[in-house]
Amino acid sequence: MEVIAINNVYKTYVESEIEVKAVRGVSLRFQQGEFAAIVGPSGSGKTTLLNLLGGLDTPTAGEITIGGTHIHQLKPSKLIDFRRDNIGFVFQSYNLIPVLTAKENIEFIMQLQKRAKKERDQRSLELLEAVGLADRVNARPAKLSGGQQQRVAVARALASKPKFILADEPTANLDSVSTEKLLDIMEKLNREENITFIFSTHDTRVMKKARRVITLEDGLVLSDVIK
Amino acid sequence: MILKNAWRNIWRNKRRTLITIGSGFFAVFFAVIMRSVQLGSYDKMIGDVVNSYTGYLQIHDKKYWNDKVIENTFVRDTLLEQQVMQVKYVNAVVPRLESFALASHLNKTKGALVIGIHPETENKMINLSEKLRAGSMISTAEDGVLVAEGLAKYLKLGVGDTLVLLGQGYQGMSAAGKYPVRGLLYFPSAELNGRMIYLSLASAQELYSAYDRLTSLNISIDEPIHLRLVEKKVAKLVDAQKYGIMMWDEMLVELVQMIQMDNMGGIIMLAILYIIIGFGILGTVVMMTTERMREFAILVALGTHKSVLSLIVSVETFFLGIFSVITGALGALPIIWYFHLHPIPLTGVAAQSMLAYGLEPVVPFALRWDFFLNQAYVILAIILISLIYPWAKIAYLSVVKEIKH
Repeated sequence: MEVIAINNVYKTYVESEIEVKAVRGVSLRFQQGEFAAIVGPSGSGKTTLLNLLGGLDTPTAGEITIGGTHIHQLKPSKLIDFRRDNIGFVFQSYNLIPVLTAKENIEFIMQLQKRAKKERDQRSLELLEAVGLADRVNARPAKLSGGQQQRVAVARALASKPKFILADEPTANLDSVSTEKLLDIMEKLNREENITFIFSTHDTRVMKKARRVITLEDGLVLSDVIK
Repeated sequence: MILKNAWRNIWRNKRRTLITIGSGFFAVFFAVIMRSVQLGSYDKMIGDVVNSYTGYLQIHDKKYWNDKVIENTFVRDTLLEQQVMQVKYVNAVVPRLESFALASHLNKTKGALVIGIHPETENKMINLSEKLRAGSMISTAEDGVLVAEGLAKYLKLGVGDTLVLLGQGYQGMSAAGKYPVRGLLYFPSAELNGRMIYLSLASAQELYSAYDRLTSLNISIDEPIHLRLVEKKVAKLVDAQKYGIMMWDEMLVELVQMIQMDNMGGIIMLAILYIIIGFGILGTVVMMTTERMREFAILVALGTHKSVLSLIVSVETFFLGIFSVITGALGALPIIWYFHLHPIPLTGVAAQSMLAYGLEPVVPFALRWDFFLNQAYVILAIILISLIYPWAKIAYLSVVKEIKH
């Protein structure tokens, strides 16, 4: 089943009075359950494409549909709700809320969705167990290692039961052991629960695990390889 | 969720939060105490003047206030007096007939203010017996007089001497009489001390041939804060065509103007104090916002509405403001309470200058709950103004730009 359709998308922005064509006519399709990596050198447009895909940025031209919804035609408040319910994000620097515990960070999105406390408790504990942090339920981010924080971030991304997860360089700040562990968890969730993962990455370990590798260069799709 | 997040957020930087609350504490603490002293002094000043002469409320003939002559008196209505006494907070209704006369003893003569009173009820309002320095009080049926010490000194009068009064009575009758001096009164105000003569209402009515007539009904009340309410109720009892009702602030215009001018200085001081604390709170709010812009962007990316973020920041700022008000008020309350019950006595030149104005030489502290409420309103206003910054920053937040940073 097709989850995401990117049709001839362009993104041009002005930086220091210089026009930058970050994405130039990209068209891609993603199916449910994919484990895909978008790779390419710095400045190739990976993060911009991910931002467009996540509805954080608006394309200069072209359209993106997620489950049949033209996301950039949504009003800003509807787009926020759409993101909350359909897209999970994992950021390079984890970006957990520092004043909340691991469990509360995961619960936060479900609270925004106005889910019942019992359901929130159950799901957040399940997710923490799934990412191997059942013993760090009440730890605040400052008390967790980088790898652990990123695993909480993955659990948080899954909390709203999204259609897919966008991960921008999720392993960039992790050591090899943490990277391996994180990738195993994500791969397991992908395989067992059919959750779609789309990464942007430089990391060859991520590329190795990915079942589809899309290479970008200068905002263009250079190759799209399904293993 | 919002309360929990806001509460934890303000303690992210404990030192900064404590400094902000601390500055708010001192602002509220000093503002409340300053206001308490200032308004306490005004209350005392008003109380002293009102309770030594005018009363809080007066009923008189409609023409009397603009033309204070004996022709503008009215016939005493004891039923009206009884009805006014029934009004809540009224503790005395004091009938008076007052006019001017030349007071004479031996070869000395001076213009005096002659007031015919009902001694018992008058005593309730202005504590006349406490002002007695020599001799005894007069009674309702008495034909003697009480003379202010300053006037008595000028006329070289003593208790037991005879005072001659000469003036103009009602409807052109001449007013003349000889009265034994029963007592001497002391008034802190030099003006009152140099011109007051009291005699019984019946004697005054006879002197001025104004039988059963009054110049005013003076109303004393328990709690001045209810004055407007009392005035409304009294107004309903009197014939508006015939009588005029005046409150103390209409009768003592100069005193009111003096208080207003002094009060303005106090308000300017308070404004300066609050501008300083306002910038303190604004500084904290700006820092709390600026350092979290990336976090806000992440939260919006995850599906948090900007309105929720604005609400969280607002609650955080309210917490800071509320703590400032509560701690400042709690710190000031026992001090105000103590000095409200035990006013600070003044000595030396300060005491003498207050006495010269007829005021008791003390620094009284007013205890009013609206002080604290007013501080809460001011802090609320500061908070609302300070919140414009984070609200605007969040409203114009660019998620991509902030995440990139």
